[in-house]
Amino acid sequence: MAIRYNIRMAGVGGQGVVTGSHIFSTAVINAGGESTIVPFYGSEKRMAPVESYVRVSNEPIYEIGEITFPHIIMIYHPQVITHGKSYTNPFYFGLKQNGVALINNNGPMKFDSDQEAELKALNAKLYFLPATQLSLDVAGMDLATNMAMVGAIGAITGLTNLEALGTAVKDRFLGKGFVVSGGTAALDSVVERKFKKKQELIDKNLAVVKAAWDYAVENGWTAGASSMADQTKAKAMA
Amino acid sequence: MSEAVEAEVKTNPQGDPVSSAPVAPPAASGRKDPHGDAKKQREVTADHMFFEAPREREFITGSEAAKEAVRRSNVDVAIAYPITPQSETMQLIGVLYGEGYVKEYYRGEEEYGVMSAIAGASRAGVRCFTATAGPGTLRGIEPIASWPGHRLPAVAMFTCRVVNAPLAIQPDNIEIAYLLNCGMIVFHAENQQDLFDYIMKGFIISEKNDVTLPVGVACDGFFVTHARGYCSMQDRSMKLPARDPYRGAVPVLDAENPPARLSRDAPVQKSNFMAYNIHGVWQQEVWAAVERSRKYIDYYMEGLVEAQNVEGADVLIIASGSAAAQSREAVRLCTEKGIQAGFIKIRSLRPFPTNELRQLCAKAKLIVIPEFNYVGWLAKDVATAIYGFSKAKVVAGPHVYGGMSMPVEMIVDEVECGLTGKKSHTVPESHIMGTVDPAAMAQFMKSI
Repeated sequence: MAIRYNIRMAGVGGQGVVTGSHIFSTAVINAGGESTIVPFYGSEKRMAPVESYVRVSNEPIYEIGEITFPHIIMIYHPQVITHGKSYTNPFYFGLKQNGVALINNNGPMKFDSDQEAELKALNAKLYFLPATQLSLDVAGMDLATNMAMVGAIGAITGLTNLEALGTAVKDRFLGKGFVVSGGTAALDSVVERKFKKKQELIDKNLAVVKAAWDYAVENGWTAGASSMADQTKAKAMA
Repeated sequence: MSEAVEAEVKTNPQGDPVSSAPVAPPAASGRKDPHGDAKKQREVTADHMFFEAPREREFITGSEAAKEAVRRSNVDVAIAYPITPQSETMQLIGVLYGEGYVKEYYRGEEEYGVMSAIAGASRAGVRCFTATAGPGTLRGIEPIASWPGHRLPAVAMFTCRVVNAPLAIQPDNIEIAYLLNCGMIVFHAENQQDLFDYIMKGFIISEKNDVTLPVGVACDGFFVTHARGYCSMQDRSMKLPARDPYRGAVPVLDAENPPARLSRDAPVQKSNFMAYNIHGVWQQEVWAAVERSRKYIDYYMEGLVEAQNVEGADVLIIASGSAAAQSREAVRLCTEKGIQAGFIKIRSLRPFPTNELRQLCAKAKLIVIPEFNYVGWLAKDVATAIYGFSKAKVVAGPHVYGGMSMPVEMIVDEVECGLTGKKSHTVPESHIMGTVDPAAMAQFMKSI
């Protein structure tokens, strides 16, 4: 039986949503799985909506295009929800029954009563990860927010591991390079200057990945019969 | 074999861009010949290239797959009109020209000029390639529609986009509907690998004596051209045999046989035009040539269709292009829900796999045909082909258009609705054939 998660990542320009999706996708492949990504954005500018779609599986993936009905949604910036900065509104549109929403926010958010009711009907699991705060605390800057999101989702799905994530991060900054666009390349050089050295950049990014992974484990997002990581293990054993 | 090839002489060497004066060739130095690798390419038989030569897998875009196919296809002329929204394909073919893999290359005025020039080049007896998309296809369609009648072998790639206003840049394969009735051979590629294979095999099938027709290789733009996928390719040191112009069904252009000969021939001429009956016979011959290409498609492309799990399946999903990729996943989801669904991918739209479908669909109870266009051209062809040979309910849908992605769940929904009789969310009843409502059936048949 195929293990399959369709993940919709939504965030705003400059946060590294597409980079995050690429790193997570590569990490799944590094860990022996299959994965594809489809980025989706309009004009490249800071704080403009960005979506990226990642499919992960243990079997070949034929499907193409955007993901309308995800198993998992990842919200990189609270404004995606509070300001509707997204191609998909409300943010949980299309989420499958028993799906997971991993949201970057310091503590639970309050939704209006209709949305609360819909999320309840979906039996959606809402996980609030203080990703930007973790990035600030661990790396000293907010630009590793995407690393926190990627670390947490790695733990939640159980389809990759910290070592494979580490290799993916190193590939991204030291390898042949996956240049998404001119804008991203320019941002890369800014990030690199801020971190002075690439090695320092990689170490700090990895520290954020690990911190978020641990946060997900400590909060029980990976434990229990209904967790995706456990289902992955159960399916793999069966 | 390569020693026997004459040194290449450009008929239009690139001049100085300002003065147009010819630029002296660089003095022979230790510099690497940019055409060096291309000159070392050796011709192999089509059978060796397709069936025997070892392949290596690469992770490339569809446009790159098309480039690699052309690199190995011994192409003489490629003509580009870099319309947007298109793809990088013709730009990459320009790179091949720089490397010497394509002998002549230029940018046309627009698509009408490009498609007309392809006609001229093919008539002169050389192997031709071009690519266009969406509005470009329709701008070029008058000369494209004349290619089969002139019996011109060539391969044209159509990276399907939206054609009607407002424009979009993602795929909608409505333009294939226009190509289906031209008398050309039309293949529909699902992914990067198909694109690579169909282009190379297209040249060989196109130039068979009893075919002598253009081949259109369509794919759904953006999803295939701009996205990366795995593509297994033969070594680039090999190329297909060159086109033999004297093997064609009609003579190629030369000074002794002017192209106007046909319309000057008395028996053919009535007033200033061809006699109607001659034109009628000519059209019959074009479509007969389309029919005769079946055996080559069977031989080189493993058949006009690919069928999976059809035996014993009550439900069949039939698709071409990107919809085939989505359908493979739909079959997987159906299996998880306990529904046994079979899958048929249609590789060749012209000729159409009529007999294959009649056999494969004979026992099916439900057929779902997802498409990336509004009108459902594939469903109409399938329904027409199997009418009287299958009692299946045929769902002409789901459809997405204007560049939308097709969620796999939409296809699964149609399977479930079709089986349970539940009302579909997206497919109107007039697009469901074989239900008890004769009015809805009549409405659909009217639009065929």
